[in-house]
Amino acid sequence: MLGAAILVFYMISPPFLSMGNIQIILQIAPELGILVTGVTLLMISGEFDLSVGSVFALCPIINIMLISSGWNVCLSAISALIACCGIGALNAAVTLKLRIPSFITTLGAMMIWRGVVLLITGGWPFPFLEKAISLKELLVGEAGLIRLSLIWYGIIVLVFWIILERSRFGNWIFAVGGNPRGARSLGVNPDMVKAVNFVIASFLAGLSGLIQAYRLEAFLPSAGVGLELDAIASSVIGGASLAGGVGTVIGSVTGSFLIRIIDNGLVLAGAPGYWFRVFVGIVLVIALTLNRIIETKVHKMR
Amino acid sequence: MSKLPLVKLVNIHKWFGRVCALEGVDLSADYNEIVGLVGDNGAGKSTLIKILSGVYPPDKGEIRWEGQKINFSSPKNAIELGIETIHQEAALVNRMNIMRNIFIGREPVIRFGPVGWLNVKKMARESMKALQGVALHLRSPEALVEELSGGQRQGVAIARAMYFKTKLLLLDEPTNNLSVKESKRILRFVTELKNQGISSVFITHNLYHVYPIADKIIVLSHGKKVGEFKKEETSIDNLTELITLK
Repeated sequence: MLGAAILVFYMISPPFLSMGNIQIILQIAPELGILVTGVTLLMISGEFDLSVGSVFALCPIINIMLISSGWNVCLSAISALIACCGIGALNAAVTLKLRIPSFITTLGAMMIWRGVVLLITGGWPFPFLEKAISLKELLVGEAGLIRLSLIWYGIIVLVFWIILERSRFGNWIFAVGGNPRGARSLGVNPDMVKAVNFVIASFLAGLSGLIQAYRLEAFLPSAGVGLELDAIASSVIGGASLAGGVGTVIGSVTGSFLIRIIDNGLVLAGAPGYWFRVFVGIVLVIALTLNRIIETKVHKMR
Repeated sequence: MSKLPLVKLVNIHKWFGRVCALEGVDLSADYNEIVGLVGDNGAGKSTLIKILSGVYPPDKGEIRWEGQKINFSSPKNAIELGIETIHQEAALVNRMNIMRNIFIGREPVIRFGPVGWLNVKKMARESMKALQGVALHLRSPEALVEELSGGQRQGVAIARAMYFKTKLLLLDEPTNNLSVKESKRILRFVTELKNQGISSVFITHNLYHVYPIADKIIVLSHGKKVGEFKKEETSIDNLTELITLK
């Protein structure tokens, strides 16, 4: 599917595969992809996080505010990320202790944290501060043809692939998402597994937010609006199931790239920006249908 | 064998809100013994099993394991002692492969300091061995559980119990929704386990399944024990009457 999309966009607009454009895609894809990794993990364990888009905006704003109030640049980034982990832990506590569906909990969190962002900023973007240049270099510094953010994304993909496929915790994630009662009766604590994944999802959302803010050198209160849905779409296109228990890290990478390529390809093809959502919607439905058809075929072959 | 029973439940009570699910139930299982636990729906069979497997604590009464009084705080404690439960829908995850299922919660790892790398090779090798132990010959340990038949799934769950040297197997309606042939296979597994020194508590409302293999049969009705028989002392007709008696 990724291949087909690339081919179609190349045919419509040959510059799509130019060096410059590939570079652009490799710059923007990690900002969605890192966040999607966390969302996918959480989804496999059977929960959603709709608040990732708001955390994506909040994290860089906390970061730049701490810096402008005189904090050390590195320390303020770490503090902002810890705050994100706190938000994830809060999502987990409300969802798991009060037994409220995470769809509702995180829908609430999405509104609350977006509201907080708007309250703090008054709706105005925060300007970039020159003293934070070192952090910018670290997150999105140019390294040859690519930016460092791609390297970070690569590391994150590798680490989370290992966690999911080659660690005990990864086995528990699948077990908890696929059959929570069964997992519990085998001595795995589903709430613990889910809580860790909520924290990971918020942490990675915050990190993605930082990366985008530093690439743009702008700390926008509107950053990440609608991103939660792009993230869920990426996970699902990559093969994750909304019902939990199924999904892969590699799938989430293809899903995120596909969505970013559609975004980019449509611009190059000269389509109005409004088409983006239409296409993501179409791709989502096609991907799910294809999955279903392939599954049925495989079943018949046996 | 020791004279103490393997496990003994004494005067177990359990309330859910104001509903009394169990009222002073006793149950014991010896080494190398298959205990049939029968009763109509809502008699409290499943509640009793959940207490024995550590899912909930009893409100009153005690559990003695090999003579020692114990308190479970989670199913994990029960598993560590050697009590494994096989539910109606077997504690298997359909979308995971067989070997990953067998090792849920007890995955073997290769340690690199604090990091544990899942030992997939060992999982594959050992799960094939475990499956052969219950005479279940499956194509590959990497097949998804959803591709197996109901009886094969129960076989995987039983293979898991055997592999981890369980001492007491709790089978909660394992033959529900299974074909006659597959039910027979389960019954054969349970007898085979007994020969290997693993005791079972077999819960069912189908007397025709449990009677042929059980050594002892306990009848529950409305949260109370209404009968306990050695197999020789009773018959299916007797038991049926007792179960349906209101």
